[in-house]
Amino acid sequence: MAELDIFVAMLAIPLVSGALLTVIGERKWAPNLNVIASGCTFFAAALLTADIITNGPRFAMGEQFFIDSMNVFFVTLTAFVGMTTSIFSGPYMKNEHEHGRLTVARLRLYKSMFQLFMFTMLVALTTNNMGILWVAMEAATLTTVLLVSLYRTPASLEAAWKYFILCGVGIAQALFGTILLYFAAERVLGETGNALLWTHLVEVRGELDPSIMVLSFIFLLVGYGTKVGLAPLHNWLPDAHAEGPTPVSAVLSGLLLNVALYAVLRSKVLADGAIGGDFAGNLMMGFGLLTLLMAAFFLGRQKDIKRMFAYSSIEHMGLITFAFGMGGAVANFAGLLHMTMHSLTKSAIFFAVGHATQKSGTQLMADIRGLVRINPVIGWGLMLGTLAILGMPPFGVFASEFMILTHAMKYHPWATPILLLALGVAFAQIFGKVQPMVFGETHAKRLPHAPAITPVFLHLAIVLMLGLWIPPYLTRWFQEAARMLG
Amino acid sequence: MISISGLLGQLFAIALALVLAPLLTGWVNQCRAVLQSRSAPPLLQPYFMLHKLFRKDVVMAHSASSLFRTAPFVIFGCMLLACAIIPSLSTDLPFAPAADMLALVGVFGLARIFISLAAMDIGTSFGSLGGRREMLIGFLAEPALLMVIFTTAMISQSTSVATIVETLAHRDFIIYPSLAFAGIAFTMISLAENARVPVDNPATHLELTMIHEAMILEYSGRHLALIEWAASLKLYAYSCLGLALFFPWGIAEKDNFLGLIGAIPLLLLKLGIGGFVLALIETVNAKMRIFRAPEFLGTAFLLAVLGLLVRLLLETRV
Amino acid sequence: MSAIIPLSAQLINLCASVILLLAFAMLAQRRVMQLINLFALQGLVLCLSTLIVAVTTGQHHLYYSAGLTLALKAILLPWILHRLVRKLYVKWDVESLVNVPTTMLVGVVLVMIAFNVAQPISLLSQTVSRGTLGIALAVVMLAFVMMITRTKAIPQVVGFLAMENGLFLAATSATYGMPMVVELGIALDVLVGVIILGVFFFQIRDQFDSLDISHMEKLKDG
Repeated sequence: MAELDIFVAMLAIPLVSGALLTVIGERKWAPNLNVIASGCTFFAAALLTADIITNGPRFAMGEQFFIDSMNVFFVTLTAFVGMTTSIFSGPYMKNEHEHGRLTVARLRLYKSMFQLFMFTMLVALTTNNMGILWVAMEAATLTTVLLVSLYRTPASLEAAWKYFILCGVGIAQALFGTILLYFAAERVLGETGNALLWTHLVEVRGELDPSIMVLSFIFLLVGYGTKVGLAPLHNWLPDAHAEGPTPVSAVLSGLLLNVALYAVLRSKVLADGAIGGDFAGNLMMGFGLLTLLMAAFFLGRQKDIKRMFAYSSIEHMGLITFAFGMGGAVANFAGLLHMTMHSLTKSAIFFAVGHATQKSGTQLMADIRGLVRINPVIGWGLMLGTLAILGMPPFGVFASEFMILTHAMKYHPWATPILLLALGVAFAQIFGKVQPMVFGETHAKRLPHAPAITPVFLHLAIVLMLGLWIPPYLTRWFQEAARMLG
Repeated sequence: MISISGLLGQLFAIALALVLAPLLTGWVNQCRAVLQSRSAPPLLQPYFMLHKLFRKDVVMAHSASSLFRTAPFVIFGCMLLACAIIPSLSTDLPFAPAADMLALVGVFGLARIFISLAAMDIGTSFGSLGGRREMLIGFLAEPALLMVIFTTAMISQSTSVATIVETLAHRDFIIYPSLAFAGIAFTMISLAENARVPVDNPATHLELTMIHEAMILEYSGRHLALIEWAASLKLYAYSCLGLALFFPWGIAEKDNFLGLIGAIPLLLLKLGIGGFVLALIETVNAKMRIFRAPEFLGTAFLLAVLGLLVRLLLETRV
Repeated sequence: MSAIIPLSAQLINLCASVILLLAFAMLAQRRVMQLINLFALQGLVLCLSTLIVAVTTGQHHLYYSAGLTLALKAILLPWILHRLVRKLYVKWDVESLVNVPTTMLVGVVLVMIAFNVAQPISLLSQTVSRGTLGIALAVVMLAFVMMITRTKAIPQVVGFLAMENGLFLAATSATYGMPMVVELGIALDVLVGVIILGVFFFQIRDQFDSLDISHMEKLKDG
């Protein structure tokens, strides 16, 4: 029963601490509590992972939750990025408070919503029930709507509204897809409560009616795809990233997009079994390429630094969707690896960007200059993060992008020029804009609270390490998850 | 092939239409007056009116062409034909094969064209204004009416009026949501086509709003009488059509003489209720601006289309 | 042919048709209050049709979901929205980006598409209410149109909720409802969503002096 306790603890910590942070309000040690809670969550997740690696997949709370090697990998990643983000947000939010951009009440709202957001993410990842998955995704939207509008400026309200409406529409499509899935499953599994449990569905996926599943998968892909940021329903993403507080941008990019993609992947496994052939894969490849291209060409038009990196997130999500669309062990492996790399790198970049914008007092790239002079650590952090996200060799992103590209060349050569073009354009655009921000003349002053730089370099170090050497247990773990995806 | 009883029934139906139509108009007017707390005109007022008009001389504009003179007869004829082929008492109508539902819409259309042309013939501004408005209403109402007809025709697999009514009257009780949609649409169309309140007001001569009255301003004497009578017949025809499609119970079958006898009081009852409902609608609603009329009829069209779609989706099973 | 449709199915079909009609009425409605009332009415009819399905099939959990629908969609949410409209002194009219007749035409085309998509699938279903799947999809799409074309915040939210109604109808028509856990979760999400939006409306109004979303167009690319 010890394992079960770990799992329950992992879900309970963010929930309880979220409630606690709401009740106690903004105290001096509230940020520390936030960090401690996130740390405990990560610790529980790590223990859970160790358990899954040794003992194999298992259920929790009856059959309602199911942890296998695929989602435990996402759980660890989520808990880890959640922890580092909470570390980063401590001084960042204090600075925002000092600058008068946030009141005490909003700080409290931020922390409690952050923990609740972590809770919904973890539920979405570990639930075995496709219906609960939907509920958790919607709950995640609701918690982050409040986070995006935290500054209460007209722009942030607009962004939050757009986010809510677009994701609401998208998530409604996903619900329709879930209903159709249940409809297909009920014909095979009967009217039990089990007809939405993924483990049951996977066993009978070959018997699910193909015509219903085609429609169901389309709705699920479009629905959850909205949250992934797939074109053409990506419009909420840059706004939400740019107008929300930077820690929120980091978790949106690093976690929420992953979890939404995870939901798509779960659906794809079922759809593949029922429909056969490459229908689901082709659809994902199409959406992925479209998203990739669109994002690459919109990157250059951005003036706001957070918007630009938001588009970079869209671009990478497109690439990952494309990788999973190709399917097969190698491409899935590459996709999973790229998701990990992107999560870590992008959150690191947002941490660096957060401090950089605080220093410069603006998010406009034209006004951010000479970061290396004001704070060399932040400057280099941003530079290294940018190089990493652009796929420069020593970093892990290079490894995963390289795998995706070679795999595409081998099996889908027609797509290679498009991939190369998009990646090339993105490289030129981002690098060209980040370079003057890091190296250049400036007159900005120091910040009242020293920035938390550990998260930035911790993330980048992991990315670097994974680029050079992936530990064997991690490889096994990725391979197993990739094999599950089929 | 035409049986004597059928022929008699047909002639009787026509005679009844001619007699009942002004009565129906009178009844609606009376109900309206009572509902609006006015002192009501006598029930037989339309007859007195017709009688008076038929005795009067015709005053004709100098610019009137022969079209102007013939139009009242054509309109009257069209309405009479419509009344002849719509089953009011019995579905055994020898004249019915002359026109199916689609042709019926055409007959109404023909009357509309003549009245509009005649209105424009004189060249007065009111006439052409009324004529143009009438055509506007007509071109919006006709497709809606056709859609209603298609819905009912799909249920009975035929466009013949008699067959449709026979199928609808002698079926098991089934709730047809499509018929409900069609029924509401038909009511809206009837209001517009008969120059009733939300679209037009038969009791006003206000130049900004009138449609029907504007067209017949130049008519007098027996021409006016015929047109008034034709308007009554049109109301009667639409009422009978609505009753036959949506409340068809009691209409006699072929060769059922007793049924025919029984159908008469039932028809009177249904017309009485229908007239009262019409008066009620006219009382509760305010007349809408002329520019809102397209929207009103668009809604009717939409409802009719929805009825058709619902029919296709819900009520057809293989 | 039609004679084989049982009475319960006829009633359900009638309810579904009324829901569709109400969806159109909402699309055409120009007043905020009336719009909310129509939404409440739609919830009521939805509850009614769920009840009919529950009675005919004896599915116990459908009674609960019918009760949930009544409490949430027909009473609580309309009440919250009514209060919001009063407290916010929203202007009473609903402005639309596209004029109403055009919206209606688009709506009819969408209904045709929805019916076409749903027809083959509903034939696979065994439920009494299977025919209404097409209507459910149509209601979802109409609500979608409403969300797109309306410029004010509250009509957009009503559109969102109407979309939820359509999804609920889809769940009952294709499968006699989702498992209870999921339904409760969905209901909770919707409720929390509306409450959050309620808070949100005040913020929007404070910032923009209006609930007109068309003021919100600063965020653009490039």
